[in-house]
Amino acid sequence: MSAAVPTPATGPAIEVQGLECAYDERVVLKDVSFSVRRGEIFFIIGGSGCGKTTLLRHLVGLRVPLRGSVRFLGRPFTDADAGQRREQLKTFGMLFQGGALWSSLTLLENVALPLEEHTALSRKEIAALAAFRLSQVGLGGFEGYYPSEISGGMRKRAGLARALALDPAIVFFDEPSAGLDPVTSRHMDELIRGVRDTFGTTIVIVSHELRSIFALADRLIMLDREAQGIIAEGRPAELAAASPDPRVREFLTLSPVHGT
Amino acid sequence: MPPAPEPSAARVTAQATADGLDVALAGDWQVAGPRPAWREAVGESRPARVRLGMDGVGLWDSSLLLFLAEAEAWSRSEGIPCDTGALPEKVRTLLAQLEAASVPRAALVPHEESFFAAVGLATHNVVNQGREIVHFVGECTLGLVQLVRRPGKFRWRDCFDQMQQCGAMALPIVSLISVLVGLTLAYQAAVELRQFGADIYVADLVGISIVREMGPMMTAVIIAGRTGAAFAATIGNMRANEEIDALETLGISPVQFLAVPRLVALGVMMPLLAFYSNAVGILGGMIVARGILQIPPSAYWIETQSIVDLHDITTGLIKATTFGLLVGFAGCLCGLRAEPSAAGVGRATTSAVVTALLLIIVADALFAVIFNLLHV
Repeated sequence: MSAAVPTPATGPAIEVQGLECAYDERVVLKDVSFSVRRGEIFFIIGGSGCGKTTLLRHLVGLRVPLRGSVRFLGRPFTDADAGQRREQLKTFGMLFQGGALWSSLTLLENVALPLEEHTALSRKEIAALAAFRLSQVGLGGFEGYYPSEISGGMRKRAGLARALALDPAIVFFDEPSAGLDPVTSRHMDELIRGVRDTFGTTIVIVSHELRSIFALADRLIMLDREAQGIIAEGRPAELAAASPDPRVREFLTLSPVHGT
Repeated sequence: MPPAPEPSAARVTAQATADGLDVALAGDWQVAGPRPAWREAVGESRPARVRLGMDGVGLWDSSLLLFLAEAEAWSRSEGIPCDTGALPEKVRTLLAQLEAASVPRAALVPHEESFFAAVGLATHNVVNQGREIVHFVGECTLGLVQLVRRPGKFRWRDCFDQMQQCGAMALPIVSLISVLVGLTLAYQAAVELRQFGADIYVADLVGISIVREMGPMMTAVIIAGRTGAAFAATIGNMRANEEIDALETLGISPVQFLAVPRLVALGVMMPLLAFYSNAVGILGGMIVARGILQIPPSAYWIETQSIVDLHDITTGLIKATTFGLLVGFAGCLCGLRAEPSAAGVGRATTSAVVTALLLIIVADALFAVIFNLLHV
């Protein structure tokens, strides 16, 4: 069931106000507002094509929203100038759907790059830290491999190691279990929970994997294509049992493994 | 084991009865096989009503549905009632779905835009592209400034890799093309100059044209096809794999990370390649002079030295460096702007090569004017 109570919050980690998002010049989401508490595992769920990934890309600044604002740890992000933005980017990590490792670099170099760019650590320290991150995600011994030489699941784990390289306060995950077999997917879930429990990291996950939702989510929002926005917000078990919206109940209770 | 039954052809028999026409379908109806046409089955008859039956049908798929839809469309247009009551329930449901899913006209007719909207969108596009190019050039300049201020942070290893790729690895093709260009020029010159007994001036003609024009130009063309395309394809692929997004979310500028090392590599390697191309081109001319005109290589070399001076070599190398940077700009910019798909990467690569060639020719023309004004 739902994980432990998150660490006491000193203001929300993420505040989203009236966000309007477009994809290919087509408005997908209108007036999206929510906030994520510190140390929380927060899911963005919904059916295919409802704008989950689009919302995520707007949150992390890969796309510019038509309207609305995003604040991280109390500081404005969408309206910040380039310098402030760059500073804020250091405070969060992102795991892309396919891992998005840089193919010309080894796993160690992939994890080391953010440290080289943003810290004044020595080469030796950077290498040690990168190797430590890789061993944390179970990839010790694969430091010298290139992304093309390892499996999809390993690429995602390496992507997670890279996302954690700068000890971020917030980590975003885009479909962390997409394309993984059930066992690997479960390991990924455990890794994610481990990150939160160990570092108190705030975690935002875009997913429609019911098993992960019930295993990990403290709270979630559900998006809907027709509604072009949020149709439910709350704890997964409560929404599954008592949401007034039948679409939400249907989505959350279809799973035969509900509550494992 | 009995052999599998041979598929029998789809058949239609129409039989006139007292109250209309009974159309009976039989055989196997498969979409990959031949299918009878409705109009042939009914001919010119205009019965009071049509009754469809499919008791004799064995295997069937969408082929049968298409035939039935044709029958219904005909009966509607002729105003003759069509009785499908004898068809199985499943078939009638599918038939209704097929008719409901008729292709909307908008999907077939290309969407028409008003003239003003088209002009507006095109203008908007040009402005956006212009802004992107300015942004890209600005970021590259910033990257070069960073390189001078903090050389330790520069990605030297990438840069050396690229130098190896675009420089050393291009030597065989540059050699081949340059020697052939030298040979061709010398041949052409030999035919004309020989008539005036001015054989030795082949060396002058070849020397000047290679060093000032053909050496840098041919090297640039080779590099545009080889390296410019590779830049666009690599960077475009990174865009498709979200690798560029990953850089951006980590606050690393893709331009500084990917484009600047490549531009520096090309900026350094292009003059070297062009210089090499000059030497090989002159060698090509020398081979023809020796073979056809019986000019000894030493005489050819002395003549070349007397006509080609440092000015000519420098102008050639300045051109080569500029061409190299233009190829790099085109390759990296097209790659970064690629749509994140296989087709997008293909388009980006084509566009990188075409843009690079266009820029090279335009720049060459500009250089001709500038050098003429400066008398160099």
